Amino acid sequence: MVSKRIIPCLDVKEGRVVKGTNFVNLRDAGSAIELAERYYHEGADELVFLDITASIEKRKTLLELVEKVAEVIRIPFTVGGGISELKDIEALLRSGADKVSLNTSIVKNPEIITNASKQFGSQAIVAAIDVKRVSNEFKIFIKGGSEETELEGFSWCKKAEELGAGEILLTSMDKDGTKSGFDLEFLSKLTDMVSIPVIASGGAGTMDDFYDAFHNANVDACLAASLFHYNELTINELKEYLNNKGINVRL
Amino acid sequence: MIALIDYGAGNTASVANALNELNVEYKITKRELDITSADKIIFPGVGEATYAVKQLHFANLFNLLRIIKKPLLGICLGMQMLCEKSKEGDVACLGIFPESTELFNKKNVNVPHMGWNKVDIIKESKLFLDIDNNEQFYFANSYYVPKSEHTTGTTLHDIEFAASIEKDNFYGVQFHPEKSGVVGIKLLKNFIERC
Repeated sequence: MVSKRIIPCLDVKEGRVVKGTNFVNLRDAGSAIELAERYYHEGADELVFLDITASIEKRKTLLELVEKVAEVIRIPFTVGGGISELKDIEALLRSGADKVSLNTSIVKNPEIITNASKQFGSQAIVAAIDVKRVSNEFKIFIKGGSEETELEGFSWCKKAEELGAGEILLTSMDKDGTKSGFDLEFLSKLTDMVSIPVIASGGAGTMDDFYDAFHNANVDACLAASLFHYNELTINELKEYLNNKGINVRL
Repeated sequence: MIALIDYGAGNTASVANALNELNVEYKITKRELDITSADKIIFPGVGEATYAVKQLHFANLFNLLRIIKKPLLGICLGMQMLCEKSKEGDVACLGIFPESTELFNKKNVNVPHMGWNKVDIIKESKLFLDIDNNEQFYFANSYYVPKSEHTTGTTLHDIEFAASIEKDNFYGVQFHPEKSGVVGIKLLKNFIERC
């Protein structure tokens, strides 16, 4: 039986890790490579890097970061942020990333999921989907949560699966940065609906939040950032805790 | 010297990083001469089977890999390529192992099979020397090789499938040792030093 995964997420700007609350107010959390190495040794199952650098130098800086990260860790990692073309994906995978996550580009151009999964395999293509409640409905947001779309949450997730995504990284914007627990309502329905792995993101505050997401919402992985960056929780103690409560994790 | 085959359908960077950690001499190559003169061969693979087979033909490696006598380790899709046929696109593969790959049943389990899973070592293998039974390795596969007489380790995901296979000088692992932490590095070391 495949183990439930714990995934630290590193929001990266110009090689440094930053973390905002509700998608704004950035605070520095250290060198991306140092943190990556620390999480690898602490038992992280996987890492996610979301690049939020907005400059012309972006591509080069990101590829250099990916190469350096791949040199120091021996666990899989995903890279996302502003990826819109197949050649970007190819360059990232060649530099040592195992998967890419796509957010805005798959809304603007859904065929990129199909084309990318055909060329690189669906296991390398993660649909990063940001949802937020808007008048009793779950709506899809793009561009780092700054732009609302017409798309409805569940139907867009299903569509991403049908187009060939290998995994869904679901971020609840309502929960992100609040530390009030993952969005169990959305996640439970989602894991019933799709047969690709679902990564829960947004809202982790306590060890029980992770337990609830695994046990009640049946997600495959949980992602968190600030909890780990600021040492509020170590990956080791979290996994021990989950293991003691009967969740199948890799110790 | 290890030949790390780069035929356009494998993640050579990650395997190369793991080999750097082990201080092993290697060459990333698709040249026939490099491959025939290497001591051992690592054959990685990610992505889609028909594309990978096409790339092997383009690189003129298809027949060479079938007859090579050096120890060869196929990783992930590289292991599946060693089999007779892949259900993924119904494509003929190298045919070193008589098995054919099958698709996981998504009615019962998530597909792809993604993440860390236990490997039950069912047959003695040099690859697993000094590695405990039921250690976890990192997998990312939608297709699998069914358990057979060539299987040395199995993993459970709906059904029990081949996590590792072995025949003569050919070895295959469905998981990614280069992405499986310390225990994965140990397995690569075993291939390089003991196989």
